[in-house]
Amino acid sequence: MKIVVAVKQVPARDVQAELVPSGDWIDESGLSFEMNEPDAYALEAALRLRESAGGEVVAVSAGPERVQSVLREALAKGADRAIHLAADGDAARGLDPAVNAALLERAVREEQPELVLTGLQSDDTGSGQTGVVLAARLGWPHATLVMAIEPGQGEVRVKRELEGGWYQHMRLPLPAVLTIQSGISRLRYATLMGIKRARTKEIRRLEAPPEAAGGLRLAGLALPRRSRQTQFLEGPPAEQAAQLVEKLRFEARVL
Amino acid sequence: MSGILAILERGAGGWHRMSFEALAGALELGRATGEPVTVCVPAADAGAAAAEAAAWGAAVIALEHEALSLYAADAWIAALEPLIRELGPAWVVLPHTYQTRDFAPALAARFGRVLMGDCTGFAIEEGRPVFERQLFQGKLIGRFLFETEAPNFVSFQAGAFRAARPAGAAAPVTVRRAEIEPARIRQRPEPPFREAVQAVDLASVERIVAVGRGIGDEGNLELARELAAALNAELAASRPICDNGWLPMDRQVGSSGQTVAPKLYLALGISGAIQHVVGMKGSGCIVAVNRDPQAPIFEIADYGIVGDLFEVTPALIEELRRSKETA
Ligand SMILES: Cc1cc2nc3c(=O)[nH]c(=O)nc-3n(C[C@H](O)[C@H](O)[C@H](O)COP(=O)(O)OP(=O)(O)OC[C@H]3O[C@@H](n4cnc5c(N)ncnc54)[C@H](O)[C@@H]3O)c2cc1C
Repeated sequence: MKIVVAVKQVPARDVQAELVPSGDWIDESGLSFEMNEPDAYALEAALRLRESAGGEVVAVSAGPERVQSVLREALAKGADRAIHLAADGDAARGLDPAVNAALLERAVREEQPELVLTGLQSDDTGSGQTGVVLAARLGWPHATLVMAIEPGQGEVRVKRELEGGWYQHMRLPLPAVLTIQSGISRLRYATLMGIKRARTKEIRRLEAPPEAAGGLRLAGLALPRRSRQTQFLEGPPAEQAAQLVEKLRFEARVL
Repeated sequence: MSGILAILERGAGGWHRMSFEALAGALELGRATGEPVTVCVPAADAGAAAAEAAAWGAAVIALEHEALSLYAADAWIAALEPLIRELGPAWVVLPHTYQTRDFAPALAARFGRVLMGDCTGFAIEEGRPVFERQLFQGKLIGRFLFETEAPNFVSFQAGAFRAARPAGAAAPVTVRRAEIEPARIRQRPEPPFREAVQAVDLASVERIVAVGRGIGDEGNLELARELAAALNAELAASRPICDNGWLPMDRQVGSSGQTVAPKLYLALGISGAIQHVVGMKGSGCIVAVNRDPQAPIFEIADYGIVGDLFEVTPALIEELRRSKETA
């Protein structure tokens, strides 16, 4: 089975998001970037499908030059080939799912895979729509929050996560787009051998198609507000602990 | 194009709780923009539920078809697209449920639109609603405008609006049959199921110590276990901990795990993502230990300790032991 996996590069989790002076985006200059975690699960699912059913895994990422590092990582973990959809400016921020989907559509139309996998959402913009909008643009069926994939004749049977610990199976004809929920399986690490081999694998560069803007405009960014009055406990850890136990006992009365 | 169409979610198990929060959001958007609200309840049999929704004072369209009994994205899109074309609403409002996540972006795409998903609220600025949604896992709030003509699609996150029912006369209910060609539904859904029975019922415990990714390593869970023992609490976790297999799934708190409401919820190294928060915000007293003063968990915590959990937790265990001896 030929599988295209879309992986996004996002700022590393632990970073403090500082705004640029104009306040309209975060300052990216000091940030480190990593593979969006749900996409890492999508890649894992694709590699396992290839291991069980054969075929090819093509990793695709849209964005500026730096996204090539997540493609190298995907190749090091075992993807066969990679495609970099070069995008800059607003398109590179990945804020608009229609733009993201249009970029990916370009690669999918060229590759004609049977399956496209993406993570269910990205850790930076969190819109969770790119895969679904891509399916709509391609005219393919889709399923989201996928936790397991069983390949069949011309179809796949997936396990979807529902809320509150419920699940559902669903069959979909191929080609299809699936968005993958975390926890589908343990993530693998790249081996030294994999990293070496990745250097010789191809990353093809495709220019971004004309933008298909979805029409959402970022009007501003702000820090979150606090809704409850949090009492912050100060001092070194021992003092914080003493204050907390005191408060839990006599103020909140939960001990 | 005018009016607001609120699409509520009703499944085999009854109303999705977030439906009425989204309806409250739609009514507020209606008050702010002067647009009347219509409610749509897609269901195999909306019956009494439609009448219940009408008690909110907005006209209800019960959109019925057998193909809406087991959820499939194509069926919902096939039912809703013609209705939206016919009514021509300025806004389509949805609850940001897992089901909405699945079909609404594709529904919006049929109209050449993008869903403004996951919104936590809106404000009117220069006569237009500006919607707020979290970015970077809640570290920042983005304020967004639509630049497209109607219809525009918005979904509201859990807790964005309070679902208190407004007093007023019940509105009329219209029952319609959705035009769905079953042969064109590509997804073939099977009935929902639960995995093996839960070994721990976190819903009924009094105290919970919950660990998040800040715990770093499986081996460090021992520290959290010791704290739980000192507090006479059960151990719970955020999703990444269960994804890694460090704790079993039945200890996961959140939208895809258990909903809990203990007297005390002590969160160690948990950032406070909305999917976690919806599962624990009903707790009586929330304590958060996190080294990031900007972590969203502090927005809902009663007591906050900004610090390294590896320093704070041993100090807490020590303090609890000592205060037990002196008690
Ligand atoms: C559809 C969907 C469903 C989901 N369902 C759930 C669910 O049911 N439950 C759930 O929990 N999540 C769920 N998630 C995932 C959720 O969005 C978050 O990714 C997750 O809750 C984050 O877990 P975390 O807070 O442990 O990790 P992170 O967000 O990585 O936060 C770790 C925190 O630890 C702090 N930290 C790190 N080191 C230390 C230290 N030494 N001392 C103190 N603090 C430290 C950091 O500052 C950070 O705030 C779901 C997501 C989606 C999209």
